[in-house]
Amino acid sequence: MAKGRKLQIRFGSRLNRSIYGDIILFSFLALLGSFSAWPMVFVVNNAFKPLNEILLFPPRLFVRNPTLNNFRDLVSLMSNSWVPLSRYVFNTLLITFLGTLGSVFISSLAAYPLAKFRFPGSRLMSRMIVYSLMFSTAVTGIPSYLIISRLGLLDSYGAILFPTFGTTLGLYLMQNFMGQVPNDLIESATIDGAGDFRIYWSIMMPLARPAWLTLVILQFQGLWGATGGTYIYSEKLKPLSYALSQIVGGGVARTGVAAAVALFMLIVPLTVFVISQSNVIETMATSGIKE
Amino acid sequence: MASSMQQANRSLRAPFRERLEDLWKEIKRNRTKYVMVAPFMISFFLFVFLPVVSSIILSFTDFNMLQTPNFVGYRNYVKLLLNDEVFAIAIRNTLLIAFITGPLSYLMCFMLAWLINELSRPLRVFLTVVFYAPSISGNAYLIWKLIFSSDLYGYANSKLIDWGFIQEPILWLQDPKYIIWIVILVQLWLSLGVSFLAFIAGLQNVDRTLYEAGAIDGIKNRWQELWYITLPSMRPQLLFGAVMQITSSFSVGEVSMQLAGFPSVSYAGRTVLTHMIDYGTVRFEMGYASATATLLFLAMIFTNLVVQQLIRKVGQ
Repeated sequence: MAKGRKLQIRFGSRLNRSIYGDIILFSFLALLGSFSAWPMVFVVNNAFKPLNEILLFPPRLFVRNPTLNNFRDLVSLMSNSWVPLSRYVFNTLLITFLGTLGSVFISSLAAYPLAKFRFPGSRLMSRMIVYSLMFSTAVTGIPSYLIISRLGLLDSYGAILFPTFGTTLGLYLMQNFMGQVPNDLIESATIDGAGDFRIYWSIMMPLARPAWLTLVILQFQGLWGATGGTYIYSEKLKPLSYALSQIVGGGVARTGVAAAVALFMLIVPLTVFVISQSNVIETMATSGIKE
Repeated sequence: MASSMQQANRSLRAPFRERLEDLWKEIKRNRTKYVMVAPFMISFFLFVFLPVVSSIILSFTDFNMLQTPNFVGYRNYVKLLLNDEVFAIAIRNTLLIAFITGPLSYLMCFMLAWLINELSRPLRVFLTVVFYAPSISGNAYLIWKLIFSSDLYGYANSKLIDWGFIQEPILWLQDPKYIIWIVILVQLWLSLGVSFLAFIAGLQNVDRTLYEAGAIDGIKNRWQELWYITLPSMRPQLLFGAVMQITSSFSVGEVSMQLAGFPSVSYAGRTVLTHMIDYGTVRFEMGYASATATLLFLAMIFTNLVVQQLIRKVGQ
């Protein structure tokens, strides 16, 4: 036994790891990885395919004669649009930025008291939030529309922004992570004279960093792809994803452009994803939440 | 904590007026908490809670989007449960999908997050991107349509014929025998989403010194370490992931509609969600669709209660 322990420590980078276990696990990872990576590989390759390769049947995954034609077509189509392209870009950037920031702030602010304190109504609120996650949005469309219209939010950024601030997923995520922060930390901060907002900002938020970075990804991804649907009908208020979806809707002749659009719509959230994931994942030197 | 318990005990016996005063004092004492919760709760109440409650109320009416709804009691529910043969198929399919993809996808999310956590940082970020790829690439799952295309050009058919397993192409997406299993496969492929990210983030919160202490206390391998240290430290994330996977595995619909068609052959791809979409957006029977949604909602709450009890036992 003692001998085995020695070997493990020498081979593994961490305690309690065997080299055989490592090999099996990593080959398993590689197998699954190749299985789930290809939609992204497909989107990237398609964007650089000339039209005849995109329409090739049976389709080939990798591009043979890469070209930038699809992007050139996209740019020329966009420059002919009725509302200048910059306006769509502005709308999307504004909605995505305000929505993500606002939603992360508002839901983490509410998550702290709900995770750490009991006060009249707190349990009821927590219950309602969890359960509401399970109600299918397929039938809530009409009531939502009526409420948004009654509030005078139709055809404004608010129609996308304000519902985002009430996203239950974000609150529930933050609440779970904040629940892990030891009570002692909060109590000693209170004794030192810190108020609720102070504790939220300088203790809870730094400790729940992996959680809100994750929430940033989720909200950004959702808002970046939001088209405004039935809520926004003024052309000058519509987001970029709507404009792009109109171009893609132009039929078979736009197949090449559609591939370029798909890559473009993917690349921005992907970048945000990579940046925030590398911040979520810390090095082994920094340790998790301690008392 | 103890003092508020005492207060609660006292207030049970105290007359109504005094209890009300106590409550008011509690509310005043916690007013900053209400201020912090308010922006979220207002938005939640307007855009989530009210729509859900109105849908539940609509489920007791015959609302058809044109006429003023009439109250019909529980008629929609009776019809759904007793007189709707297609709904019976939908329930069977949904339960099959949920009971296979729910636990499997949950395990997959956790195991992958856990395995990735062992690697060096750049490799971890890379693999996270790779595994999250299906969730971030929009409707990339439509590529499965190509794989399971029914002619000779579908990847699955052409390979199986090449290798001599079958003589003629299988009608994957038209044959009721296969449809549900293909939906399950694609759903599993799509399942590394929110829970996966939450698990990755949760693993960062585990106190590292616990592992060293565990090794001294006689933990021998990574599986013991997982069960006695990692899992108990991650209970909040495990609960969160469970809610997410239950929700997604019970609300399979889009994938089935895109792959198997809508409606699918002999309703083989029918799920509770597609049933709801059929009545809500095709037939405009909102009352009936809302009743379906409410039943699905109850099924999910029940499953969630059971699963939460199971997760409380982890690491014991």
